[in-house]
Amino acid sequence: MAAKESQNPVNRRDALRVGLSAVGGLTVVGVSGLLAGKASSRETVWQIDPEACIQCEKCSANCVLPQSAVKCVHSFSMCGYCDLCSGYLEPGAQSRDTGAENQLCPTGAIERTFIEDPYFQYTIDEELCTGCGKCVKGCGSFGNGSLYLQVRHDRCLNCNECSIARSCPSRAFRRVPADTPYILRGDEGAKRAE
Amino acid sequence: MPSNRHQSRITVKKCLAASSLVLLSPSAAFAQAVERFPRPDFQSGYVRPLLQTPGPRSFWLGYLDIFVLVAALALASYFALKLRSRARMFGLMLFSLAYFGFFRRGCICPVGAVQNVSLGLFDSGYAVPGIVIVFFALPLILALFFGRTFCGGVCPLGAIQDAVVLRPVTVKPWIAHSLGMIPYAFLGFAVLFTATGAGFVVCRYDPFVGFFRFGAPFTMLLLGASVLLLGTVVARPYCRFLCPYGVLLGWMSRLSKWHVRTSPGECNNCRLCEESCPFGAIHAPSGEFPGDRRTGARQLAVLLVLLPVLVVGGGWTVSRLYVPLSGQHFTVALAERIQHENTGITVPASDESNAFRASGKTTAELFAEAHVIRERFKTGGWFLGAFLGLVAGAKLIGLSVFRRRTGYSIDTSACFSCGRCFSYCPVERERLGKNQGGAENDNE
Repeated sequence: MAAKESQNPVNRRDALRVGLSAVGGLTVVGVSGLLAGKASSRETVWQIDPEACIQCEKCSANCVLPQSAVKCVHSFSMCGYCDLCSGYLEPGAQSRDTGAENQLCPTGAIERTFIEDPYFQYTIDEELCTGCGKCVKGCGSFGNGSLYLQVRHDRCLNCNECSIARSCPSRAFRRVPADTPYILRGDEGAKRAE
Repeated sequence: MPSNRHQSRITVKKCLAASSLVLLSPSAAFAQAVERFPRPDFQSGYVRPLLQTPGPRSFWLGYLDIFVLVAALALASYFALKLRSRARMFGLMLFSLAYFGFFRRGCICPVGAVQNVSLGLFDSGYAVPGIVIVFFALPLILALFFGRTFCGGVCPLGAIQDAVVLRPVTVKPWIAHSLGMIPYAFLGFAVLFTATGAGFVVCRYDPFVGFFRFGAPFTMLLLGASVLLLGTVVARPYCRFLCPYGVLLGWMSRLSKWHVRTSPGECNNCRLCEESCPFGAIHAPSGEFPGDRRTGARQLAVLLVLLPVLVVGGGWTVSRLYVPLSGQHFTVALAERIQHENTGITVPASDESNAFRASGKTTAELFAEAHVIRERFKTGGWFLGAFLGLVAGAKLIGLSVFRRRTGYSIDTSACFSCGRCFSYCPVERERLGKNQGGAENDNE
């Protein structure tokens, strides 16, 4: 009798524990199941919508990486290959050559190569590019807009909360499916969309 | 567009003329894709280079992460409960620090996954990635059976702190109980902020992710360094006094079916383990009820009456704070800014407001959106405040209720299953045949 009495509270506590465990477990499983129902098995990654980007230069400073994962990309299919390139040259450039004083890019990350008279090819040196978007502004304002910013996925860490996205004033950052991780312009974009 | 492709070499002159014209045009403020210059038709056989688009990390590596998580959780539980080995637990902890911390750079972690889950619950448009759900749910489910083995051997945030515990001091109970309320508040605010779409605050104030990535804003590194420095004397300060996921794990672990015990057998109250836990998770025996029973009952009655007052009062207070809280939301901040600019309080236009004006959306639309978000903060504030009031009330009641403990026992909701206390227990040492006394080994 005495033993029974001393056991009773233990049993009650045990029953309570099991009951609450079941509630806790079912809650976690239920929430997970609810979310799994609409979950995409597809991973998503961060990307810049070039149509929404305003070239505020925040991409170059706000990435958690010492070197921003945002770089300028070039849709060659759209480029006019102009001698007077508004993405390459300073607005008041004295001459149209590779002189540092004439270049718009603060790090000299755009390589200008002569193709044939009168065309020049402009290539981005990704190691030097800081993703500031000065060339993007120049090209988009006065040229074809073939230069634009994109998150480079070989660099991006895909943080849960992207710190550039947080500071982006035009909400140009968004998550896109990992199997179409770029938002490209020109033929490059069309080819990928097919 | 293809019709423009076959142009002659005169284009360059057009280029020059056109650019000088465009320079004057006012529409040039917004960089867009406009074909101002035709695509050249190259004569020299030049082929346009392809734009390289390196893909993100392979999808299959996500499965590897899940596999490592499952394996690490299983090993942590095995090491803590079956092998009772602190050394193996420490080794596993270092591996987890290397893999989830430095290799995976701290993302995704179950602590942050709390936010994805709450965003998934409140925002019907957001689909939580499958791997995030697994990272959120698995440690919780396991805690129901084995306790917080995740904290002890798998969590990279815990591991980096556990590795620097040098001279832990005992935090006074009243300080520990008070600071222990912060994780509930952090969890509550994290859920409020994700539910309203204001962002992921847990990630924002993650002190260690800067180390994992070998780079972060200075303030973040400073925060991390101070937490680690503090961690040399106050063991695992983030886990005990901040971690929002620890709240959920604590609830689960309290109910755990099998939890680690200091002693493998019967506790003989030798007091040797008393000082072994740097986290204050070992309870001393309670002794007899210290005070007068009637006073105790009256105190409990007062607290039970106080509970609804705390719940309603908390809800009312936090919901009153909806203006400053909702100001953290991008849309609300933008609406406030636009309103200020329009009334002339803030003169220079910000990048945000310029981008908004160029987007073609009307101010009325923006204000309506901001109003909806503010209302959501008001409602959410009621829930958050009520939750905090409930937590505070429950804590007070929990402290005033007397629980008889005859031996030294582990606080299952606070214990990280790190295994430090095992070697302090003489029963354990006997089990391992490690008693140096020799002469005392005559039980058989």
